Amino acid sequence: MKYICSLGVVLMGTWLLWSGHFEPLLISLGVLSVALVVALTHRMDVIDHEGAPVDVSFRLFSYLPWLAWQVIIANLQVVRVILSPSLPINPRMIDVRATQKRELGHVIYANSITMTPGTVSVEVGGNTISVHALTDEAAEGLETGEMDRRVTRLEGIR
Amino acid sequence: MFAAAMAGVLVTMALALFRAFAGPSLYDRILAVNSFGTATVLFIAVIGFLTGRPEFLDLGLVYALLNFIGTIAVLKLMQYGNLTGKDAEGEGEGEA
Amino acid sequence: MSGDAILDLMSWVALAAGSVFCIIGAVGLIRMPDFYSRIHAGGIIDTMGAGLVLFGLVLHAGLTLVAVKLILLFLFSLIAGPTAVHALAKAAFHSGMKPLTGPGGKDRSN
Repeated sequence: MKYICSLGVVLMGTWLLWSGHFEPLLISLGVLSVALVVALTHRMDVIDHEGAPVDVSFRLFSYLPWLAWQVIIANLQVVRVILSPSLPINPRMIDVRATQKRELGHVIYANSITMTPGTVSVEVGGNTISVHALTDEAAEGLETGEMDRRVTRLEGIR
Repeated sequence: MFAAAMAGVLVTMALALFRAFAGPSLYDRILAVNSFGTATVLFIAVIGFLTGRPEFLDLGLVYALLNFIGTIAVLKLMQYGNLTGKDAEGEGEGEA
Repeated sequence: MSGDAILDLMSWVALAAGSVFCIIGAVGLIRMPDFYSRIHAGGIIDTMGAGLVLFGLVLHAGLTLVAVKLILLFLFSLIAGPTAVHALAKAAFHSGMKPLTGPGGKDRSN
């Protein structure tokens, strides 16, 4: 029930933000749409912790700035590689450990890896993620495991 | 200056389109079209500001959604040969 | 108003830098030797290029509903982009496409 309510609130907020109109007709149309979507997702049986990870959302605010900084650094590294005439890449496949307990944690970790230029998660299975790394720097940066620790802390289960 | 940003995004789109035509593999083409779509979203957003009509952002969001769904749909079509999909392993999982 | 002028200048700088990053990413898309390394170049367009261009537009829009929409658009593309790219890389890997390895991507791993 908690998840149904939070999904409804998030959907309604999205509707209000994107429409920007507050006439009774448009708001009632919004309420109808939200009710329809919530009913459909309930029927699909996908409303659970993964569909509305409320507790993770709050901890996300401390994780995102760090991730943004990592993405900027990695971007500048890849830009330097692309602009240098000799194209100094050293691509390889590496396996990194994912210590998260739940699927959601794995998804966030794999998504963060892919979002950072220079590393792309190719295969997520069990507790390892196969990663294609473009340069030595990118591979070594990932193998320190700092991102893994931070995502595990984000997940919040010990 | 909006015009300059639009020119830059247009160059990006042209280069991505070149990669989409050059291939060589199907995956290269899908990747190029995906990047092309991202550039298109930016282009639509900048057009909205250039002409003073920020409603264009709504179109940009719809294009971003279509870009994502389209990429997943093409991959699914390639893997299964149809869009209904045997429920062996869906490629479209992971809506974090 | 010098405050507005500074904001304007920052907005222009972000827009210009964003388009430059987009072009660099697209150049990488052309220059890189194989599919897997091209993904990294595409990632530049998705993160830094889109981020800076939309950030420039946010600075231009100020504290309005438009700015919130721009930020939501960026957040959505941040979630959807890597997901699509991961699905793409996984599909390519399962189809048997091997990544180039070694310095300069000269060797074909098998």
